[in-house]
Amino acid sequence: MVPLSYYLVLSGILFACGVVGFLIKRNIITIFMSIELMLNGVNLSFVAFAARWQQLSGQVFVFFVMVVAAAEAAVGLAIIIALFRTRETLNIDQVNLLKL
Amino acid sequence: MLHLILFSVFGAICVAGAVNLLLQSHPINSALSLVVVMGSLAVEFLLLGAEFVAAIQVIVYAGAVMVLFVFVIMLLNAGVEERTSGSRVAWLLGIPAVLAGMVIVCWALVTHSNAGSAAIGALPGHPADIAQLLFHQFLLPFEVTSILVLIAIMGAVVLAARSQTVERSKREG
Repeated sequence: MVPLSYYLVLSGILFACGVVGFLIKRNIITIFMSIELMLNGVNLSFVAFAARWQQLSGQVFVFFVMVVAAAEAAVGLAIIIALFRTRETLNIDQVNLLKL
Repeated sequence: MLHLILFSVFGAICVAGAVNLLLQSHPINSALSLVVVMGSLAVEFLLLGAEFVAAIQVIVYAGAVMVLFVFVIMLLNAGVEERTSGSRVAWLLGIPAVLAGMVIVCWALVTHSNAGSAAIGALPGHPADIAQLLFHQFLLPFEVTSILVLIAIMGAVVLAARSQTVERSKREG
């Protein structure tokens, strides 16, 4: 028996790693991977709560999150390719057209 | 006991992969550590009994999505990340703030939650049961996701395709 809170702590650590990576990384692909890391952390807490409350809909929600993440990955990577084609860089500090 | 040992081992691998993702400077190393995170998360799902979710975690995330990532990294020939120093205040305030937030949340969860515990294979998520739920109670959301995926496919093609105007300006310029 593992307390539910351990699963939630693991999920929180993964989410925090994702947030930190999102903020400190400068490569746009790595930033994108940090977003996937956050989604994975959330999935873990969904499955843990599903097991705790004996509700299978938690696992169905993970399925939906994965669908959305896959769609987001496809569109996001296409945006990265388009960005690289126009600006020839992956460093987000050099993509500052909208910055004041 | 076995459950706790397996949870701790794969949780440690998971956290190590996530931290390694942050520390590596080359995107391909980050991508490979993300595969480690996703693989060990699949084991954690399996420990909770979510067989179907563990399977699609490996197939969709560790398989399809990561192949897409690695493909783009290789296509764009992404090199080592250039370090640009952010503001010093962000580092001095940010890291202690993140650590303090983590400690407070972990402490609150471990000490103050009487949310109970989960046994090994606590809720068996057989594909048949998931399908029963997915195609009855969640039929409308399921159909909506099909439209979402269709739009995502079209959007990816439109965005990644070489646009006509760029071609023309390159030819003239």
